[in-house]
Amino acid sequence: MAEKKLWKGNEALAEGAIRAGCRFFAGYPITPQNEVPEYMSWRLPQVGGAFLQSESEVAAINTVYGAGATGVRCMTSSSSPGISLKQEGISYAAGADLPIFIGNVMRGGPGLGNIAGGQGDYWQATRGGGHGDYRCFVMAPNCVNEMANFPHKCYEVSFKYRIPSMVLADGIIGQMMEPVEFKYPEVDVKTLKEPEWALGKCEGRNKRIVKSYDLKEGGVEIMVNERVKRYDQIEANEVMYEEKQLEDADIVMVAYGTSSRIAAAAMKIAREKGLKVGLFRPITLWPFPKVRLTELAKRVKKFVAVEMSLGQMVEDVQLAINGRADVYLHAKPGASIITAEEVAKTLESISKKEAKEYAAVK
Amino acid sequence: MYQGIRISGFGGQGVISAGVLLAQAGLEEKKEVSFFPAYGAEMRGGTANCSVVVSSEEVAAPIVSEPDTAIVLNEPSLAKFEPMVRPGGLLIVNTSLINSKPTRKDIKVLNVPCNEIAAELGNGKVMNMVALGAFAAATGAVSIEAIAKALPKVYKKLKPEVIELNVQALKKGAGFKLN
Repeated sequence: MAEKKLWKGNEALAEGAIRAGCRFFAGYPITPQNEVPEYMSWRLPQVGGAFLQSESEVAAINTVYGAGATGVRCMTSSSSPGISLKQEGISYAAGADLPIFIGNVMRGGPGLGNIAGGQGDYWQATRGGGHGDYRCFVMAPNCVNEMANFPHKCYEVSFKYRIPSMVLADGIIGQMMEPVEFKYPEVDVKTLKEPEWALGKCEGRNKRIVKSYDLKEGGVEIMVNERVKRYDQIEANEVMYEEKQLEDADIVMVAYGTSSRIAAAAMKIAREKGLKVGLFRPITLWPFPKVRLTELAKRVKKFVAVEMSLGQMVEDVQLAINGRADVYLHAKPGASIITAEEVAKTLESISKKEAKEYAAVK
Repeated sequence: MYQGIRISGFGGQGVISAGVLLAQAGLEEKKEVSFFPAYGAEMRGGTANCSVVVSSEEVAAPIVSEPDTAIVLNEPSLAKFEPMVRPGGLLIVNTSLINSKPTRKDIKVLNVPCNEIAAELGNGKVMNMVALGAFAAATGAVSIEAIAKALPKVYKKLKPEVIELNVQALKKGAGFKLN
């Protein structure tokens, strides 16, 4: 095993993308993800790549759309308000089947919000914050090691299924330092084959068109339905989750990203008090691990979503559980910190049947 | 073992540096570690703080909400972090800059005049190392040797004599014992 080194989350994300073959980055600064473009600005030229500080978020996402159309592994990153600005471009990339990679290091919202780490962008990331019927492949790291290793998976899925992918982190994971081990061999970009749809020199081949529109009657319906076949494959093949102490659990917490770390600490406190508590962590937010949750609901009768938002993922939990068990919520908006002690109290009140279903605990 | 730590002081006192060093020292001892800096709209002269966890098991919450140990290097930090310390936990107070006395009776208090010790060593900048030395000796969470080993890994440009000065500060700090 290689020696583990301390990395800052944002820098690990950037280095992870480069090792996964990223050779073009465009972005515009915003806290708490500034280390991503800062790192890319000196590191990309070292590997023969290009870094562009754009004049705006809108310019950045559209530049990345252009880079993606050539088949190069490319990336943009931002934080919540900046990701909102990029939504039109993300919708266009999804509509043009472009495998672009996006980092969102979430902060508090809505609006300018604050610069603390929050989880208020779940709906935006998983429902498509832009217009039209589309999906992005969304991964939620809960530690710096995953920040370093998830870009590899994102590019793999993006290029295999031609879909934009996103790492949905938050300011805490972006700013913290933890030991990292890069688990994948560095991608040698010279060995990557040019995709059969990629734009470039047209000499000696038929012309190719990358577009997100079709003005013929029924044309877009056909385009979308073709795409949905790939979405179905992603739902069948690419779901990822982690389970902790579910074997004997009466209450299962569902939490992703930083919340899942706090939930793990709450689980320890609750178990010391004799409560049989488990933890289910969705790693892919889309596709959401709904099949597994449905299975678990045959046995487990109480689920608690733990989120640093008003409660957004809880809706996916409810859709999966579909009335087979009770669903509770421990949530806090505005990028305020949830503590393990607070979550443990919620678990106790649920076990004593004091907690109101779906009620946000203040 | 599990040790959740909060370090707090003025920007420029080496709060963040001390936190990163502590995490690297834990890593040197093959422990699980995490470091998280408060990164609000901080400015020079404002208060900075960080969370560090050193544990024999996988680190759960990276933000330490009930620290086993709080190291407070300035007056505002005492007011903010004394109430957060876990009952039975440890509060390390930099008495060089903090005039108020801790009021809680259910925690241990270790008084260390960090700035004075650092000045005696000839460089006020190593006051954070004095505090870290006291922490290492009082808790055993990491060893002085591990922190010394971590120094050149975190600060690759430090000259050997500067590292030696930091190690001396660690040792001086380790000399302060709980009553």
